[in-house]
Amino acid sequence: MTHHPDQSLPRSRQSISGPILGPGSRRVVGLAALAAVVALLPLLLPNAFYFDVAIRIAILAVNGIALNLLMGYTGQISLGHAGFFGLGAYGSAVLTTHFGWAPLPALLAAAGLTAVIAWGVARVILRLRGHYLAMATLGLGIIISIVLGNEAAWTGGPDGMPVDGFSLFGLTLSGERQWYWVFGGLLIATVILAQNLIDSPAGRALQALHGSETAASVAGIDVGRRKIAVFVLSATVSAMLGSLSAHYSGYINPGIAGFLQSVELVIIVVLGGMASIYGSIFGAVVMGLLPQILAGYEGWDSVLFGVILVVTMIFLPRGVVPSLATRLRSAGVTGKGGAAC
Amino acid sequence: MLTVANLSKRFGGVHAVQDVSFTIPRGCVYSVIGPNGAGKTTLFNLISGLYTPTSGSIGFEGQEIGGAAPDQLARRGMSRTFQNLQICRNLSAIDNVMVGAHLTLNSSMVAGMLRWPGLSRADRACRERAAALMERVGCGAFIRADAAAMPYGALKRLEIARALASEPKILFLDEPAAGLNHTETHGIQTLVADLARSGLTVVVVEHDMKLVMSVSDRILVLNYGRRLAEGTPSEIRENPEVIAAYLGADAEED
Repeated sequence: MTHHPDQSLPRSRQSISGPILGPGSRRVVGLAALAAVVALLPLLLPNAFYFDVAIRIAILAVNGIALNLLMGYTGQISLGHAGFFGLGAYGSAVLTTHFGWAPLPALLAAAGLTAVIAWGVARVILRLRGHYLAMATLGLGIIISIVLGNEAAWTGGPDGMPVDGFSLFGLTLSGERQWYWVFGGLLIATVILAQNLIDSPAGRALQALHGSETAASVAGIDVGRRKIAVFVLSATVSAMLGSLSAHYSGYINPGIAGFLQSVELVIIVVLGGMASIYGSIFGAVVMGLLPQILAGYEGWDSVLFGVILVVTMIFLPRGVVPSLATRLRSAGVTGKGGAAC
Repeated sequence: MLTVANLSKRFGGVHAVQDVSFTIPRGCVYSVIGPNGAGKTTLFNLISGLYTPTSGSIGFEGQEIGGAAPDQLARRGMSRTFQNLQICRNLSAIDNVMVGAHLTLNSSMVAGMLRWPGLSRADRACRERAAALMERVGCGAFIRADAAAMPYGALKRLEIARALASEPKILFLDEPAAGLNHTETHGIQTLVADLARSGLTVVVVEHDMKLVMSVSDRILVLNYGRRLAEGTPSEIRENPEVIAAYLGADAEED
């Protein structure tokens, strides 16, 4: 079988102290590339329709990263995550429309309320594991979308409700081009904060409890508290995103909190790659673009979409970005290894 | 340092550990032996908080810890390894060791997201310490490896490095030599002796008699969940009850 090259060659003490082990410069390269794409993309987008597609991809990407922190890194599945997005969106919509709140305090209040709900729910359901956790979160998402659909006096019921634009200090965001920079900036900020978290001791604790809850708890990690914390963080990010996207689209209906949206987020995480930030961005791009591209094959678009997903998962089972990254790296290693032998 | 009094654990009708008492003095190597199913690992799981005792008490540095959660015990200075490895295979080898140092670092999520000043430096220093620990326990060759790519013997050592990273006062090793060949077992033996010399209190569950007899200051023998004998290695070696339990076990089981 394959001999690990390191096994026969213990490293000298000197090599330990070098800048060998941390996440290092790859992060900067990835971030620069993302910033460049966000900055230059508007030059290529011909009209408002394409800006709208780009904005929706950014929304999916931020939501995907939020879910990936919970699912990919911490290993806790959520099949109801769009529910939190919906809570944020409706929280903002109801507070601004019915109570005359300004958008920013409404956003913060909706996020705070969602955090409290997520905390209360997490305390109960994160005791569950595997299929049971999946069922519980599935139920949670469905309950949220049903409540949003039934409280017609506040939410407009299944028909949805209009939402005012987002204004701050007398300035109102208008048009896809302005909103593009908001969501583009939000995506970059999310990537930076998420990567900081992943590379920190807190992020390592989350990944450790994914790997072995027993090992994590014996190392002093309060597993229950950590799971609740990441669930609340993930839900709150989705809620704030929901608020902004409600102001952007100007109209919301209970469908945004529904099961299909939750599944779409799970697909983004799994297709792009569990425990991969850029994987979630990739997943969001696929999820945002593929329906547009397939729209020409009327009647067959859903079938083609399904086939593409199935084939991808067969050939890149760990998700597109991690699988390709491993292949690239192993190709590089074989080259070097050959020379060393 | 650790005092166990009348400790019992029942799983349904099975008395896995029954009325066991012993005291572990500070700075010694204390071994727990016994035939398979004697309750050694259950005893470890009780002391390290993974199981709650049915009755009895566990005192650590004068305070009762029976039923405390594992992460609370880690804060008090307890650390352990596992008979069936508990490795985070989604992390690199060195990250596994750094998980052990969790309590020595600022692990707030907000601080992590905002890259709190000093956090990166502390984390880098921790990484260096983890690398040195891997060298010390003899898996320095895997400092850059993924945990999932490491062979079994090296993972056994990696767990010891992780347990040491928390800078414990007392270290529990659950069958550190299980599944290892003769040379690897000898390496573990040297390592345990080395750890004891540094002043650490080490508690070992182990089947390999050569290892147990050579490293232990005192030995506790369990059989069917009960205390059979306790004493120095030479006392245990000559104890007729212990000899009967080990040599007669096969005849009785039939």
